[in-house]
Amino acid sequence: MIFNAPTVTNRRVAITAAGLVSPLGAGLPQTLDSLRAGRDCVTPVRRFPVDRCRCQTAGQIDDDTLRAVSQMMGRRSQRLHRASHMVIAALREALEQDPGFRPQITIFGTTSGGMSFGEQYYRSLQAKTTLRKTPEWIANYPPQKPVLDGLEALGISGPCQVIANACASGTNAIGHAFEGIRSGRYDRALTGGYDALSELVFIGFDSLQASTPDKCRPFDAQRSGMVLGEGAAVLTLEEMNSARQRGAPILGEIVGYGISTDNHHLTQPDPSGIGPRRAMEEALKSADLAPSAIDYINAHGTATLFNDAAEGSAIAELFGDRVPVSSTKAMMGHSLGAAGAIEAIICLLAMRHHLLPANLNFRRPDKAMALDIVANAPRSGSVRTTLSNSFGFGGTNASIVLQRESPR
Amino acid sequence: MSVHIAGMGWVTPLGAGVPEVWDALRRGEEAVPEAIADAGGRPPYQGFRVPASALQELPAHPRLRRASAISRFAAAAGTAALRDARLQLGEIDATRLALIFAISNGGVIYTKRFYHDVVTAGAGAASPLLFPETVFNAPASHLAAILGVTGPSYTLVGDGSVGLSAVNMAEDLMRDQALDYCLVVGAEETDWLLCDAYAKWRLLRSNTPIEPFAQSPRGMILSEGAGALLLARQGDVRIKATHPGGFYNDRRHLADVAEAILRDIHASSASLIVASANGTFIDAAESAALQRFVPKAQVYTAAPALGEGVGVGGLWQAIVAVQTLRTKTVPPLLHAPLHPPFTPSGPCAGPPTGDETVVLSCGLNQQVSALSLTTQPPHR
Repeated sequence: MIFNAPTVTNRRVAITAAGLVSPLGAGLPQTLDSLRAGRDCVTPVRRFPVDRCRCQTAGQIDDDTLRAVSQMMGRRSQRLHRASHMVIAALREALEQDPGFRPQITIFGTTSGGMSFGEQYYRSLQAKTTLRKTPEWIANYPPQKPVLDGLEALGISGPCQVIANACASGTNAIGHAFEGIRSGRYDRALTGGYDALSELVFIGFDSLQASTPDKCRPFDAQRSGMVLGEGAAVLTLEEMNSARQRGAPILGEIVGYGISTDNHHLTQPDPSGIGPRRAMEEALKSADLAPSAIDYINAHGTATLFNDAAEGSAIAELFGDRVPVSSTKAMMGHSLGAAGAIEAIICLLAMRHHLLPANLNFRRPDKAMALDIVANAPRSGSVRTTLSNSFGFGGTNASIVLQRESPR
Repeated sequence: MSVHIAGMGWVTPLGAGVPEVWDALRRGEEAVPEAIADAGGRPPYQGFRVPASALQELPAHPRLRRASAISRFAAAAGTAALRDARLQLGEIDATRLALIFAISNGGVIYTKRFYHDVVTAGAGAASPLLFPETVFNAPASHLAAILGVTGPSYTLVGDGSVGLSAVNMAEDLMRDQALDYCLVVGAEETDWLLCDAYAKWRLLRSNTPIEPFAQSPRGMILSEGAGALLLARQGDVRIKATHPGGFYNDRRHLADVAEAILRDIHASSASLIVASANGTFIDAAESAALQRFVPKAQVYTAAPALGEGVGVGGLWQAIVAVQTLRTKTVPPLLHAPLHPPFTPSGPCAGPPTGDETVVLSCGLNQQVSALSLTTQPPHR
């Protein structure tokens, strides 16, 4: 491990493996299949009652999908939160691709960790029912616990940091890990994001009327809000020469990261789009690329009036209407702290399989923003460089630039 | 590159302000516990609260009108750290200032109120005003708005060690010459629900005092407040080494993980250790690690005086460490056993002789971190 290492800039950062579980499927092949099919994976909420909510749908992971984790962990898995199961599943897929990968640091993003255990504890207190499981709920409730469980399950030790920057958390985690390698502080970092659907968060977004009773329609003129999702995604990052020397697979590179803070309002972006614009500009500057180098943008695109207006105008100002844009949240919901990491992997798949993922449920363009939306069905095309955006409550904005590996 | 401490802010149950709290600690004072009551009529717990007088210098800002206690503590400590560095709000170039926030339990009071309405009256009763304040990065967002931060702002979550991991992250950010300052803030608020959770986890004791390093750990008392460190390119105390934090899967391995982290940051030359011992299982592990790696160092913990601040604990420890280096004094270790297996700080031990103080923070939920501070100039 390198402590207080001197700053070295412009080292290249390879992605040597990736794993994920989301409503699109478990693992890269299922995810690619869903992207190719333009599959709508949003379904009625089953985990808690939503009859008094405006929105009654979400992107959800079936418990059967996570059964392999239970089989791997045995009885211990029963104590762990669903978010832990998701992290373990994603981590296992990534490490199967690159078994030689040993991280020097782990940096993940989340918004709510094991929130539903806190809900169970509070409901039991209120109902004065048995509190026998309380120590278990409390010990497994903290937001950092799922990633610690994942590391333990896969036999990884070492430093671990968990970023909770609301919906930008996953992209912030990847970005910070990228900067740690590029600056010479680390050679290898494990990164990603996770969040499981929880009643408190679901009802919270519903109370803000940020979620929709309709379909999620990012960038549509008649968009009416988001739907929530859940999942976990993991990327293994390594300094390029180190990865090449040990013959690691190289799925792509991260070449730029930008972060900005917008102080307009706790839950609403500055309507001018200045926050997203700054994050995208910083990411391009960090990548030393012009806007014209970007072949595809995976937008934050929550389908709320405010987000899409701010993000859409920032994209239009910076890129014009020549770059294909889609939000994959219409297919799988907004998985909050996992979203940035899942969408980074979607960008990887887009680059590797010459695929522009679809922006589902799109009916009519919003005249306030001239964008090339990949409407309703995926397109094929050469994608060498992509930009992925994540913006969150608190005014946090993050963008990363990913690229196919270049031979230099 | 060297990173220094340029300013500090301290909001605690012993009051606010670095000189004030430090003098109280040196006099051996302890915060006065209060009964933390439950609206549902269940038995109260003892806890340490921040007195209202500690927030007198809180800036008036629209963002704080409805903000939770945790956000107000953070704003008070964060702005105090800037004042301590003789920087005025509105005069600093906020584009060259980053913010790192450390948090553990977060806005538990508003989270409980929000979910209580849901549980008792259904989803239709959920408050759209409360929900945004339940998000972990809400306090950081309010502080960023007060300071005008437009660049990096991160909220790190973790257990009691998260404050030191946040200093590590801040040091990483300061590698970017585009930044002049990085403000690291930790904050926590306490509530009956939190006390009940820790009690059911068998980590809380019913009455003061907290007895660190006792043969049989009897538990901790929860606390609240905030701590802030302003990192800059210059200052009288320099960060010698930070650690991104390790973790233990099993409590039996905690001492080994703590020792490995002390080794990573080359802590063997420290003459004083500011520990996190709080009357729980972590004390024995800390004691073992310190005996093995720095057997001659004096040991101090502020937990008996300030309580267990969880997410803010690491920042409070770091402030204590800076003060020991600046004043060449150390407060007495309170309520420790008569013959601990190390040198407890206090009159018998005399003033710390070295120019390096190490902070070791062992969290209750698997995480450990450390920080080394010095008054020595960096090697050229």
